[in-house]
Amino acid sequence: MIGLGEHAEFIIAAYVGVFSGLVVLIGWTIYAARRSQQRLKELGDTRSDAADQ
Amino acid sequence: MPSPKPRPSMSIETAPKMSWWNRLAHPGQFVQWTRPLVLPLALATAVLFVAGLWFAFFNSPADYQMGDTVRIMYVHVPTAWLSQFVYATMAVSALGTLIWRHPMADVSMKAAAPLGAVFTAMALFTGSLWGRPTWGTFWEWDGRMTSTLVLLFIYLGIVALWRAFDDQLRAARVVAVFTLVGAINIPIIKFSVDWWSTLHQPASVFRPDGPTMPGSILTPLFVMFFAFTLLFITLQLIAMHTEVRRRRITTLERRAAREGAK
Amino acid sequence: MSGFGAVLGREIRLSLRGGGEMLTLVLFFIIVGAIVPFAVGPDKDLLQRIAPGVVWIAAFLAMLLGLEKLFGPDRADGTLALYRLADLPLSAVVAAKVIAHWLTAALPLILASPILALLLAMDLAAFWRTLFSLLLGTPALAGFGAIGAALTVATRRGGLLAPILIAPLCVPVLIFGVGAIAPVGGPEQAQAALLFLAALSLTVLALSPFAAALAIDWGED
Repeated sequence: MIGLGEHAEFIIAAYVGVFSGLVVLIGWTIYAARRSQQRLKELGDTRSDAADQ
Repeated sequence: MPSPKPRPSMSIETAPKMSWWNRLAHPGQFVQWTRPLVLPLALATAVLFVAGLWFAFFNSPADYQMGDTVRIMYVHVPTAWLSQFVYATMAVSALGTLIWRHPMADVSMKAAAPLGAVFTAMALFTGSLWGRPTWGTFWEWDGRMTSTLVLLFIYLGIVALWRAFDDQLRAARVVAVFTLVGAINIPIIKFSVDWWSTLHQPASVFRPDGPTMPGSILTPLFVMFFAFTLLFITLQLIAMHTEVRRRRITTLERRAAREGAK
Repeated sequence: MSGFGAVLGREIRLSLRGGGEMLTLVLFFIIVGAIVPFAVGPDKDLLQRIAPGVVWIAAFLAMLLGLEKLFGPDRADGTLALYRLADLPLSAVVAAKVIAHWLTAALPLILASPILALLLAMDLAAFWRTLFSLLLGTPALAGFGAIGAALTVATRRGGLLAPILIAPLCVPVLIFGVGAIAPVGGPEQAQAALLFLAALSLTVLALSPFAAALAIDWGED
């Protein structure tokens, strides 16, 4: 890791903030997708897009 | 409310041959066509992010004017770009909803709104973290930050409007009207805020002619730019698939409730 | 034309008979303005400086307050459904309603603004500019208000939603409205702001009936 100069904390805060935000966003998107697939299975949907992915 | 007549269920196998446009309009077909794209897109996004981070931290010099804070730009500029690109996506989808009643346009509008809100919030967050060392304040009422804040309010309003309706088909058309009204307004807001901030601010705080960017800064900027854009496209596709499934769930639940009531 | 006039007359009659609603609105406008000195202190110089902003904020909030009455009661008693079936295009009905809304919600505020100007230590020149900018700017607020009310009329919990939706859209109106009163950049900037305000009002007035009618029509089944 290189030195980030006098404002290192701001740079680190920006990256940590953005990437933790992205992780939450990705996690939430995947969680919502899983949950809807689960619910479709419970309802006994026969279409192909319920099972895989 | 009269209950709709039971129609013979249309499946992908029995559907008549259609043009690609119509085929795209069939939610099931859309999911089938776009699902193979998700994994490659996700992989490309991951690779670009790793490369972008490597460039941003290990392979780019500090700017001669901004110093190391220029590294914040590598996450700020892509999110700021996405805050507008996502709105453009929504506005185009809104046109699709209003003019062609394209079913996937509804879905695309709904999937994009929360993504856009998050990217706009990130642009504000990184912008204020860049502003503290550069301008000496977390928040400056300058034209760009202020109009981005107003954009965030519009995004949140759109998300709230989606949630206020139970029937998502009606919601889609109403939200489409608001999205387009907002799209017409955003340039006016931008202009008015610029006019206002130049009046109220000493001109020395912010110079519109930024420092010229050498190639060493452009490389990480471009890599991150594509990484973020691909991430949005990937998330948008997954969220659209989820939304298609949600609508199917609603249909199935209604059908189950009707059969239960019989 | 007769249908348009009838809708306009009905709206005005309804709000005149509406049990002092107009009076409540004016009271709200004055009280919001009068409560500011308690919050920032009775310093005359300061009040004089922020007076244009306070008057505009008070007018903005007061106009948001009456939004629910714009389409809500008509939808509840079925009048809106009849309007949708009428020969008169829905956008013309909405245009009549916007005009009536301006006459019953904005004009009283403008007439009451001298009281606020007095309380906030405005000088006479600033007062005339305020009056002028309110006259030119409030039609845009009424137009945006109609859009917000139309978007949320079909929702069950639309009450707070309409102000949230249209407040960001009203930013230019506030900026140019206050800019026309307080000449930060000199008189020619105030003149420019006034012209922008007028252009904005005309554009919003021309387009909002169509957008609002579209939202009403498609918000229903």
